[in-house]
Amino acid sequence: MNVKRQDKLATIILYVIAGAIILVLVALLAFILIQGLPHVSWHFLTAPARAFEAGGGIGIQLFNSFYLLVLAMLISVPLSLGAGIYLSEYAKKNWLTGLIRTSIEILSSLPSVVVGLFGFLIFVIQFNFGFSILSGALVLTVFNLPLLTRNVEESLASISHAQREAGLALGLSRWETVLKIIVPEALPGIVTGMILGAGRVFGEAAALIYTAGQSAPALDFTNWNPFYIASPLNPMRPAETLAVHIWKINSEGIMPDAVAVSAGASAVLIVAVLIFNLVARWLGQRLFKKMTSS
Amino acid sequence: MAAAPIITSRDVHLYYGKHEALKGIDLDFNPQQITALIGPSGSGKSTYLRLLNRMNDLIPNIKITGDIRLYQQDIYASDMDIVQLRKEVGMVFQQPHPFPFSIYDNVVYGLRLAGIKDRAVLDQAVETSLKAAAVWTETKDILHESALALSGGQRQRVCIARVLAVKPAVILLDEPTSALDPISSSKIEQMLVDLKKDYTIIMVTHNLQQAARASDKTAFFLDGQLVELNDTVNFFTAPAKKESEDYISGRFG
Repeated sequence: MNVKRQDKLATIILYVIAGAIILVLVALLAFILIQGLPHVSWHFLTAPARAFEAGGGIGIQLFNSFYLLVLAMLISVPLSLGAGIYLSEYAKKNWLTGLIRTSIEILSSLPSVVVGLFGFLIFVIQFNFGFSILSGALVLTVFNLPLLTRNVEESLASISHAQREAGLALGLSRWETVLKIIVPEALPGIVTGMILGAGRVFGEAAALIYTAGQSAPALDFTNWNPFYIASPLNPMRPAETLAVHIWKINSEGIMPDAVAVSAGASAVLIVAVLIFNLVARWLGQRLFKKMTSS
Repeated sequence: MAAAPIITSRDVHLYYGKHEALKGIDLDFNPQQITALIGPSGSGKSTYLRLLNRMNDLIPNIKITGDIRLYQQDIYASDMDIVQLRKEVGMVFQQPHPFPFSIYDNVVYGLRLAGIKDRAVLDQAVETSLKAAAVWTETKDILHESALALSGGQRQRVCIARVLAVKPAVILLDEPTSALDPISSSKIEQMLVDLKKDYTIIMVTHNLQQAARASDKTAFFLDGQLVELNDTVNFFTAPAKKESEDYISGRFG
């Protein structure tokens, strides 16, 4: 076989592989959306779930998912920024920072159910936080932190060394250079990574089953005092999220319309994650454009 | 010799670990002159240049001995304010990298850092600096657009304006035109010649014609040593050393 035909054959094989992947993805998305979207209505999105009868919604689960996401990001974004900046800008190459990097890599490859059980032992039992949003947010932080840190570190590392020198040469301290020049320039990459991380967290179930709990007590949306037990903002209440809800009704749901609720909830979840991804790309490109005016 | 030298260096040695990169450099720089540092790659000219505003400080395993003075003040003294030093001795790099902000914000960056907030002062500094860097006419209508949208040559002149804005006494340039096209290069060269009445300019260049055209003095580095410091005219027409003659006639390097 001559080189030209080899090249053609390789190209065809690559196209077939890429096509197969896209086909699977499209089929999966189409199936979920076609099955689920007919069940999605304003009532479905806002009403509380019903355990024994048909007609329940996912309102509380949806709210829980977002609230948990916000809390988890509030904890993990500053931590990952700090860790990423340290690793990229300050850490010297020695066994200690090597150990930190290896630990982060191992942490990022842990199965989420293992992270969930770890969170159950530490946050739920040891710290006595119980099945709560707080336990859930902390475990999501453990789950998400390694990837966010890597993202921050890589975004910063991709900024030219010349920028650091230019900052120093203008009389900026190292910290000022990092904070006022390097981080702003790396911002599009950092923001994109953060939003993609948020999408992952939003769809996470296994890590939350044992930490945020599997029950969604009724919420009183008229009382926003975080210390009131039925307040939506109370971080110490158990909070079943959308992803956990899907898992639960599929494994032990006894409502007559369990299949429909599951399909609808899955569609909502998929749409939300898709929106996260699209927003991440849009915002990243916009920030980059704004900085380069290109 | 017109005036007392502004920078003096005596017996400067620099070691990267065990490797001796500079082997005892004695070199002075006069105000209102352009001094070109030339020599083959690895000869130590850039390393030497970066000593003058202490850009080498962050490199691990580095050891510097000798005596470098700015206005007769030891810049490696322990009580030297490094921020102040870098305001006096500005630096322009090979890669034209503006900060990811608008042209205006790039130029006033050093001033804002020094605490200047008066809009009129900043406006004036932007105009003066961009004019001095010969890039005002191209940028005056787009001052608030990103500096990253400019061409390479314009970027480099904005970077130079950024340095000029903080009013340094000395400007170090590390191969400022090697990443640029010939037209941009010649604009920057012309600008440097115009600037020298107000500044002391020290420039590393690989371009011998550039050194010959733009500089008043030429210092030739080879293997970590200063081979020859001479008036540029003499250096290129009647070099004092055999190595210099070999280098400028292209026999090595």
